[in-house]
Amino acid sequence: MSAPIQKSAAKRNAATQIVTANRLLDGVVVYLDPAGGWTDVIGQARVLESEAHIEAALAIGQKAAEDRIIVEPYAIDVAREDGGLRPLRLREAIRAKGPTIREDLARPVAA
Amino acid sequence: MYRYDEFDRDFVDGRVAQFSDQVERRLSGELTEEQFRPLRLMNGVYLQLHAYMLRIAVPYGTLSSKQMRMLGHIARTYDRGYGHFTTRQNLQFNWPALKDVPAILKDLASVEMHALQTSGNCIRNVTADHFAGAAADEVADPRPYAEILRQWSSIHPEFSYLPRKFKLAVTGSPNDRAAIQLHDIGLEVKKNEAGELGFAVYVGGGQGRTPMIAHKVRDFLPEEDMLAYCEAIMRVYNLHGRRDNKYKARIKILVHETGASEITRQIEEEFAEVRKTEQLRLPEEEIARITAYFAPPALETKPERSGAFEAAKADSREFAAFAENNVSAHKRPGYGIVTISLKPIGGIPGDATDVQMEAVADLADRFSQSEIRVSHEQNLVLPHVALDDVPALYAALVEYGLATGNAGLVTDIIACPGLDYCALANARAINIAQDLSNRFGAPERQKEIGELKIKISGCINACGHHHVGHIGLLGVDKRGEEVYQITLGGSGAEDAAVGTLVGPGFSGEEVGGAVETVVDTYLKLRESPEETFLTAVRRLGQKPFKEALYGAA
Repeated sequence: MSAPIQKSAAKRNAATQIVTANRLLDGVVVYLDPAGGWTDVIGQARVLESEAHIEAALAIGQKAAEDRIIVEPYAIDVAREDGGLRPLRLREAIRAKGPTIREDLARPVAA
Repeated sequence: MYRYDEFDRDFVDGRVAQFSDQVERRLSGELTEEQFRPLRLMNGVYLQLHAYMLRIAVPYGTLSSKQMRMLGHIARTYDRGYGHFTTRQNLQFNWPALKDVPAILKDLASVEMHALQTSGNCIRNVTADHFAGAAADEVADPRPYAEILRQWSSIHPEFSYLPRKFKLAVTGSPNDRAAIQLHDIGLEVKKNEAGELGFAVYVGGGQGRTPMIAHKVRDFLPEEDMLAYCEAIMRVYNLHGRRDNKYKARIKILVHETGASEITRQIEEEFAEVRKTEQLRLPEEEIARITAYFAPPALETKPERSGAFEAAKADSREFAAFAENNVSAHKRPGYGIVTISLKPIGGIPGDATDVQMEAVADLADRFSQSEIRVSHEQNLVLPHVALDDVPALYAALVEYGLATGNAGLVTDIIACPGLDYCALANARAINIAQDLSNRFGAPERQKEIGELKIKISGCINACGHHHVGHIGLLGVDKRGEEVYQITLGGSGAEDAAVGTLVGPGFSGEEVGGAVETVVDTYLKLRESPEETFLTAVRRLGQKPFKEALYGAA
């Protein structure tokens, strides 16, 4: 768990981030939401725009990992776009939407 | 087929109970993720991009119809209605919930299957020729030896924590369909001048970031010494293999750094020691006992030529193409080995739905002695089909979208799951395979091109075997963009070779056109339609392809 956090910490200078992880029970991709819960819809993620907020969100992630809700929380860079959130890296865009070659398995992304 | 004895059954049931307990302890908080990770990996459970992934072992690629039916059941009950056949002849489910894995393993155990040693630094699933026991060119069925190796290597205490993973492959034919020279240990079953069975032994092949063709360390090893010799190789590796750098930890690096003659000397020295104890000498009766499980099925005697098969070929161009590409020579007259392509035009290589898995199980019962094989080329095989039955089998395959007659052709593409699923990938692979399949999918175009193996990997780990593709594509991440490097001239067969990088990579949008350029260049320059792509590349070298892709220097 420590490795991904350190990795994202190194990229803290990015303007906008959200915290993501996989749910322990079924491995589903989830995002920290504004209420401190975990949502599988990226558009409902808590948007983090300062280093202090990112730090706090990762601490919540760490606690959720210890509480066996999620595994391996880390922060990712996103852009606000058309009222939604778009991950900047392709890997994270695919995690958010599902496999690009199976549109029938696409996940909802809008809030 | 091999059937579990009491020991196998107790062992697998014991592991199911053990892992069920470990999952429970993880979910209750008794185990942290750090503690649990190595335990889940030992049981084939990975955490990928979207979900957990369960990799199920299909030893030497052999499945019964009952086992295939169970895989279909698991796909429908616990997953999303499909599974993915891999280049190690295994099956991966992409969406199982961790809480369901114990139930899945229990279902698997009920049909003598498991997910053991499909991950971790141990001896992995032993692979074999997918035409084993049926091929016309076979010296002997390699599966009894693969089964003996499976039993020897399962939780072998000395080889459970190797410097890195370790892969074995066995072929029983001089025409290598098991890519033995790209394995840590490759065995070719052969006969010596006295007609005795034994093996040519290859060591130190592999793909990944440092692709290497194996060295032949023994031209003929007597059958009874198979385990003693493999044990000697493993001991030399376990002692001297590097543990300080995971990228240099495979035996291929040890062989390369030590030198083939010195490593052979060390293996032979260790072998002499191991052999002294006689403990690993394979007794004839034990070989006979295991071989009996793989006894050829009692096939009805048939004339070599089938009127029904020939008539169907004359009637339908589609069937004729299927017969030409997907039906291979069987050792018994009047029979064929039928490859069921999991590469529909524009489809996802290696994927099969629950309904397709069950259909293949039913067709194996009807037409192929209830036997199925998984090929490392991500196709399925019905090994014992009477030529008289191929038209009816084909008609049934059409109903299930499984009748694509493209085995060995340009659209029979190997692709790893890539960035669409895999946590290690840098680029997607499946979408590129689909693009190429659509570009080359017209039957006339495929026929014109002939044999051409395209293999695509989404990262340097090379699960898509790109190094040995006649055309290999490697996806890399270049400043956040997917870029594909093209290699030419690789082969995983008996003429094994690592492909050569042709030049700078292409974007995902460009790479399909680039491959078309390569293929068009071949068509223009080949000496005759009989000169295959691989032969032409070896004759012509890279230059004309480079010029066609990048312009004259």
